[in-house]
Amino acid sequence: MNTSNQPASAYFLVDDQERPRKATLSVTVDNEVGALARVVALFSGRGYNIESLTVAETDHQKHTSRITIVTSGTNEVITQIMAQIGRLVPVHRVVDLTVEKPGVEREMALIKVAGEGDRRAEALRLSEVFRARVIDITHTSFIFELTGTPEKIDAFVDLMIPLGMVEYSRTGVVAIGRGAEAQ
Amino acid sequence: MAQVQDEQLTGAQIVVRALLEQGVRHIFGYPGGAVLPIYDALFNQDQIEHILVRHEQGAAHAAEGYARSTGQAGVLLVTSGPGATNAVTGLTDALLDSIPLVCITGQVPTHLIGSDAFQECDTVGITRACTKHNFLVKDVNDLARVIHDAFYIATTGRPGPVVVDIPKDVQFKLGRYAERSDIVHKTYRPQTEPDPARIAQAVELMATARRPVFYTGGGVINSGSRATELLRELVKLTGFPITSTLMGLGAYPASDRQWLGMLGMHGTYEANLAMNRCDVMINIGARFDDRVTGRLDAFSPASKKIHVDIDPSSINKNVRVDVPVLGDCAAVLEALLAAWKARGERPDVASQTTWWAQIDAWRARRSLAYQQSGESIKPQYAVERLYQLTRDRDTYITTEVGQHQMWAAQHYHFDQPNRWMTSGGLGTMGYGIPAAVGVQVAHPGSLVIDIAGEASVQMTMQELSTAVQYRLPIKIFILNNEYMGMVRQWQQLLHGGRYAHSYSEALPDFVKLAEAFGAKGIRARSPAELDAAIVEMIDHDGPVIFDCVVEKLENCYPMIPSGAAHDEMILPDAVDAVGVSEAGKMLV
Ligand SMILES: Cc1ncc(C[n+]2csc(CCOP(=O)(O)OP(=O)(O)O)c2C)c(N)n1
Ligand SMILES: [Mg+2]
Repeated sequence: MNTSNQPASAYFLVDDQERPRKATLSVTVDNEVGALARVVALFSGRGYNIESLTVAETDHQKHTSRITIVTSGTNEVITQIMAQIGRLVPVHRVVDLTVEKPGVEREMALIKVAGEGDRRAEALRLSEVFRARVIDITHTSFIFELTGTPEKIDAFVDLMIPLGMVEYSRTGVVAIGRGAEAQ
Repeated sequence: MAQVQDEQLTGAQIVVRALLEQGVRHIFGYPGGAVLPIYDALFNQDQIEHILVRHEQGAAHAAEGYARSTGQAGVLLVTSGPGATNAVTGLTDALLDSIPLVCITGQVPTHLIGSDAFQECDTVGITRACTKHNFLVKDVNDLARVIHDAFYIATTGRPGPVVVDIPKDVQFKLGRYAERSDIVHKTYRPQTEPDPARIAQAVELMATARRPVFYTGGGVINSGSRATELLRELVKLTGFPITSTLMGLGAYPASDRQWLGMLGMHGTYEANLAMNRCDVMINIGARFDDRVTGRLDAFSPASKKIHVDIDPSSINKNVRVDVPVLGDCAAVLEALLAAWKARGERPDVASQTTWWAQIDAWRARRSLAYQQSGESIKPQYAVERLYQLTRDRDTYITTEVGQHQMWAAQHYHFDQPNRWMTSGGLGTMGYGIPAAVGVQVAHPGSLVIDIAGEASVQMTMQELSTAVQYRLPIKIFILNNEYMGMVRQWQQLLHGGRYAHSYSEALPDFVKLAEAFGAKGIRARSPAELDAAIVEMIDHDGPVIFDCVVEKLENCYPMIPSGAAHDEMILPDAVDAVGVSEAGKMLV
């Protein structure tokens, strides 16, 4: 079989040779019953990965919601994920805010830290460095509210663990494209 | 129709009116508590004929046969709970083969949803993965619009099944009817017109091809008769060879010289080798399914690929292509033809001659050849005789799943689209009888034959009763080898001949079974009596089970074992010598 003159693009390339990347997808859907379930079921049904997911209605007049999904895969897999989401009937648009339309990302976390004495003072000092807000306070505990990139939240949580972090909760990423236009 | 707007109708009446407005004349269904109001509304009219099936899976396959043979949506009506779950196999089948269906399911009343009420199931949840879209209608004033949307979604873009789940209280409530409107859907807008730049690239590639091949699929048939005509014109004009998937048979006439036969796992030698060695592949409405591609990393390694598809998610899913063309097959073919004619290009005659000489050499291998010798009937011979004796009639063929299905695809030749109904993507045993019922309802005067296996037919045999009730003269032509032949063949080739549970130790007497249903039974055991028996079947004005007793251990060749490349095909005469490699046996 003559394969010497293969055009590069006509050949099936095994996916795993390509490096997976992270992608933040912004999906605009009609906010009807089950719309979120359709998107989530698609990920589990086709074996894609969800790293985080946020959703809320963003246009109350038109009843549309914005779903932000952080996923990972090779470029080919991400293109396929976007095509599959785009095929769902209630979906208006799918945008890749990582590559197609670079965007900004933020996440919010609530972090509960318990302790007394030096550890308590150190937790408070660090929270100021990170610009976290104290939103609940007792003699033995704080709850901090922190907004930032997922990496910033990871860093803060790592610092709080030895200082008595009890539990924390985070929203997952919300993202939006840069510049003047809508997505 | 202005006063209709203000008139109050019950939900059930709205359903019937919407179906009528959508042009529905037949629905396949089975009643139950949660759809009784709709049955009541059907009782009071005579424009829609309801065909009472014997199992909801049968309703779904019948609706598929109806849709596939007419190009219109098939409609089924089933009750909540078990009615809906029984329909799931047929819905999944329609999803995988892109068949437009609208399935109306009854649901428990709205206030009981979520309470585990009698015959409640989460129909929308269960069918989410096996429909193109589904709806639960909680407000009677949404009902008409949802039904119109369901038809629009089912029949446009890449067709597929749509479920409309209607709680019983909504069927009773009074509400307004909304006429079908042509307002564009908010979110769902399939792209049908191709990008001219892609058409230019495609034609450029085609014009420079030295070893081109058309690879067409069910999409051409779904696109409608115009697509078929345009395909024929383009193939003639270019002089290129053409092959097609199982789902695409009939779009291009099998009697034509440029036709290479079906490709894929049981496709012809010439079709698969042409795919393997081509330098330009023009895929129109096919989806690079694994039964077609074989081993992906050895699939047509030296070709540039053009892929025409209406579904963006099909493009670059399994195989990377060079020129994706998003659009409806008819629109794309029209554009390709126009661009081809405008270029005034004639294919490079010299290289085409070499290519055709190569193809003719592959053809000379006669990969579908078989020997009819001895006292027993070879299954291929039975299909060939059936073809010869019915080819000049107005014939529609359905099949079950197994060896007989592949023999039908290989030895029954189709010159027209919409004549061949088979379960391709899901491979559903039990598809053929109910599909034949649906086809016969749509084409009462035609000859409708289910080419069947004795194991498959037992899965939906009850639908023979439907055929008897409605005087649908379907012919169930069973290639009876007493084995689940396709399973046995895999066990022989891949599992050391250990035939675990693929032999039916007990089988019904199919002639008596036919008689018990009120149909006719015919049996043929020898080649000598075959023709007369087939003629007797055709001439009988009523449903027939034909028990064609065939050679038990015949294998279906050619065969590309799962995971093998197109040029690693097993041919009938070479099989004993070559067999399958140890490595091949490991593959699924
Ligand atoms: C519902 C269903 N169950 C199981 C299978 C797996 N399967 C594929 S072919 C086959 C055997 C079919 O036997 P028969 O109908 O006698 O056809 P033959 O291969 O003998 O022509 C089986 C069990 C299937 N395709 N569908
Ligand atoms: Mg059999």
